[in-house]
Amino acid sequence: MKWVLVSFMVFATVLSDLLQSHEMKGAGEQSVSARGLARLLHIIAQRRLLILGIACNAISFFAFMALVQAEPLSFAVPASAASFVLETLLAKFVLHERIGARRAAGALAVLAGVVLVGG
Amino acid sequence: MTNSSAVLKTYSVVLLFLALRAVGNSSMAWGMKQVPERMSMNPALYLGAMLNPFVAMGIAALILALLARMALFSVADLSFVLPVTAVGYVIAVFIGKLFLHETVTRQRWLGTLLIFAGAALVGSTSPDTTPSVEGQK
Repeated sequence: MKWVLVSFMVFATVLSDLLQSHEMKGAGEQSVSARGLARLLHIIAQRRLLILGIACNAISFFAFMALVQAEPLSFAVPASAASFVLETLLAKFVLHERIGARRAAGALAVLAGVVLVGG
Repeated sequence: MTNSSAVLKTYSVVLLFLALRAVGNSSMAWGMKQVPERMSMNPALYLGAMLNPFVAMGIAALILALLARMALFSVADLSFVLPVTAVGYVIAVFIGKLFLHETVTRQRWLGTLLIFAGAALVGSTSPDTTPSVEGQK
């Protein structure tokens, strides 16, 4: 059961972040001022894929809550870091981001750190 | 906007996101400790927990954090946002040590150091490497 929850959580997180990143890049530069946040809410209401991304975010959150209720945090946190690897790969191949050696090395160091902090 | 002011703006949104998430998580964790019922699949229990002011404040801060992260995605790559915002794990370790007096093992300190070094390495790259698609829907 725990691997079903982990798969569910990782899949929902990856889909959520990919959709949010793709849609927000398409929406152009946004700010976090009061007016900027109001504009952001307007953009969310207009973009169906963005709403789907937020829904996936909620699914991932509840899957994580269910996982930490059944399993120790020291399992749940490193397991959730699996999405990190997948997302970085998909950012390169789906979102066409340029991931050079420095960014790849940094991402790997962060991944190792997350596993150590959670373990 | 010049490149350096754009990068400065990106980092100010990163800081805002990290602060909102830290406040949101801490407030929610504090509030949930005061809720007597144990959570289950029953949604009414979650709605009841939201009546606690700390839980409600935590949720409000986390919603704002979500919006700040979305604004961040508009100016920075996913492969930049993920490692840089992982500094939140470092903040969580320090909050645990300083305010909740948790014991932090050597392994956890090493992990914290790796996250910080990795985030600094990624932070030294350009936040946005994809062409602008402004106006596209």
